[in-house]
Amino acid sequence: MTPIIIFIPAILSAPFFPAIILKVKAFFGGKKGPPLLIQYYTLAKLFKKGSVYSTSTTYIFKLGPMVSLSAALTALMFLPISGAAPLFSFKGDVLFVLYLLGLGRFFTIAAALDTASPFEGMGAAREAYFPIICEATTFMIFILFYRLTGELTLASFFYGNHPLELWRVAGAPLAFVVTAFFIVLLTENARVPVDDPATHLELTMIHEVMVLDHSGPDFGFIEMGSFCKLFFYAAIVSRLVFPFDLGHPAMNLAAFSLIMLLIYAAVGVIESVMARYRMDRVPKFVLTSFALAFVATIITLEFVK
Amino acid sequence: MKIKFITIKNGEAVPRNRIPHLAFDDFRNDALTIVGSGGNVVQFFVYPDTGGSLKMLAVLRSGNSLLTAGCDAPEIWPSFTAVHPPFNLFEREIAEQFGITPDKHPWLKMVRYHANYRGADDVFGNDYTQDIPGNYPYYAVKGEEIHEVAVGPVHAGVIEPGHFRFNCIGERVLHLEIQLGYQHRGVEQLLLNAPPLRFPIIGEGIAGDTAIGHSLCMAQAMEALSGIVPDPGARIVRTIALELERIANHIGDLGALSGDVAFLPVANYCGRMRGDFLNMSLLMCGNRFGKGLIRSGGVRFSPTNEDRGILSRRIKELKPQVEHTIDLLFSASSVRARFEGCGPVPTEDARKLGLVGPAGRGSGLSYDVRRCFPTEHYDRLDIPENLETGCDVYARARVRADEVLQSINMIQSLLRFPVETSCVQPNGFSMAPSSFTVTVNEAWRGEVSHAVLTDEEGKLLRYKIKDPSFHNWNALAMALRDTGISDFPLNNKSFNLSYCGVDL
Repeated sequence: MTPIIIFIPAILSAPFFPAIILKVKAFFGGKKGPPLLIQYYTLAKLFKKGSVYSTSTTYIFKLGPMVSLSAALTALMFLPISGAAPLFSFKGDVLFVLYLLGLGRFFTIAAALDTASPFEGMGAAREAYFPIICEATTFMIFILFYRLTGELTLASFFYGNHPLELWRVAGAPLAFVVTAFFIVLLTENARVPVDDPATHLELTMIHEVMVLDHSGPDFGFIEMGSFCKLFFYAAIVSRLVFPFDLGHPAMNLAAFSLIMLLIYAAVGVIESVMARYRMDRVPKFVLTSFALAFVATIITLEFVK
Repeated sequence: MKIKFITIKNGEAVPRNRIPHLAFDDFRNDALTIVGSGGNVVQFFVYPDTGGSLKMLAVLRSGNSLLTAGCDAPEIWPSFTAVHPPFNLFEREIAEQFGITPDKHPWLKMVRYHANYRGADDVFGNDYTQDIPGNYPYYAVKGEEIHEVAVGPVHAGVIEPGHFRFNCIGERVLHLEIQLGYQHRGVEQLLLNAPPLRFPIIGEGIAGDTAIGHSLCMAQAMEALSGIVPDPGARIVRTIALELERIANHIGDLGALSGDVAFLPVANYCGRMRGDFLNMSLLMCGNRFGKGLIRSGGVRFSPTNEDRGILSRRIKELKPQVEHTIDLLFSASSVRARFEGCGPVPTEDARKLGLVGPAGRGSGLSYDVRRCFPTEHYDRLDIPENLETGCDVYARARVRADEVLQSINMIQSLLRFPVETSCVQPNGFSMAPSSFTVTVNEAWRGEVSHAVLTDEEGKLLRYKIKDPSFHNWNALAMALRDTGISDFPLNNKSFNLSYCGVDL
């Protein structure tokens, strides 16, 4: 099966899953919630609109959404979605993908600063701060995987039943890694308890506030980019929690979709049962993920020796 | 030193010649003494007497008594605020309305941005042909890492217009300056020329979320001046209406607080239950905010026994839901982590600023008009102290939650017996000439007060309105000091002050 056959539907389904989060949150709030295809309607609405640009912005502002979307799309090309072979893979692509996502963030921040709005500056400062800790966590996790597999490609970690191999060698400490990666997922994708994607209060926002000035198709790109990014992290987590290769690509895909639904539902449950952290407590929460990854690495490496 | 202020009752008409007219220095000394020894300002305003000369009048409270006296208003006077901060907004308001100056006022700036009533030179040097907020230099902090954030007057949510200027270092707020006035409608001046039949309509529009609180104050003032006495049944209906307003607003705010920390279940439940309580007001008078219910002389609608039954049933059904939701909010550790220690206004500061209402009670000031100056049916109800000493968002939320539960019990007990009242028809009335009355009531935000002066012909000479927010806005600025800027919405919601109630 050619990787592109997995890749295209994966991208197309990325806006579907976030609706699960909304549905779960609505359920907890005793409401019906929006339709499952809400994000497609939103995207269609945004792409039909025109864009408004502030006179104080430059081409950087227009570049931001496109770069962040392309970065997220490209990153997904290296990921073995549902354990199938990725579109591309080369030695060291782990670092490439990490910095690709970093590039996307850099342009989002640059575009936010370009507006010269005090809100967006604040959001940019927060957005630049928290993911630094996430990066440390992700690096720690990939260092561990590298020591376990001796390879440095996403494919070698997540292709087929390779994750099962990770579990076999590392054992229980990999549960720490899964937790750590889930925290990274919440932080990187601006979910509760780090950020609140539903708030209208500019002063409390992290990610949302940086994109306040984007409108129409530009905002559509940003939304699509964030759907893909969330999909990217959720797909990795799904490979870790369901490391099996069922033999047939269709069965793998079905299992993968189910696990993805559960992961998104878990995000929804977390958003429903807890309040978000105070801004100055967020680093501690994110640092927990680093601590978990670090402990997992130390324990595992001792046994691997 | 003997205080020359005299004691008056809440909602009592006093002939104006009974109010001591003091020399300014005596007036100032006495006022400062009263406020300095634990009292607070209820009303402090200037009015043009029939001869055209400006007179000052103050109503202060000390313990369980209301004290009043007047004096001639000087063109320039040594500021009261410089000694006791509770006079702050009152003095600024006087300066704005009549173009006279409190000398050495620590921060003399406009309140609502309008030209003064006399056409005298503007105290603030504003050019009122310019757009709001005019040419005003905001308080600024300078430094390498200082940044300024301007929020409003147009906000992202559906809220009233107000401008907030934050001086921050990183995430930490050094100072917050609040500028209101965007909704100035000239209510006080409007009342002077309106026919008495229109008074209640204007009164209900002073602050839409406190329609009952303000219309009750207004009705009581008109009753005092015209000698009409409402029957006991009407008093009960008004008490129920005021408590329903309190419940609906407190529940709405608890939900909003919950929403601000992204704790959705409670936010959703509260949003729905607020509607349920508003619908009870709808059942009582045909308006969800209680507009059209209270008129001088009584109420326009009397609940039938069937209405009582429906209300009792609804409350019985809602009570466990309210209890459960409040429990859910305060038992969630992640919510408590956000509420506790956030935006503290220590008791000492609260006393100096003269806070009222739930905000004051959350900061350890037990003052509650329902206990200290009971009107309507409150003298027969047992109002607990509701004191919290945490002084933070948690304390303010807790006070509101406690009040909701108490109010529900109050309404339940009031609904137990049939209410008999003859509904009043709107008709004209004549006010006693040369009289003065002041009414205070505990609306959901705290002490609402109306003061009315009539001239020799029984016409309105001055109608002074004070919303509790007038006392409390500065507390929000204080709460924000040294607090993270991302906690502003949470603090703002914990006070939930009125913009239009201040803008008038």
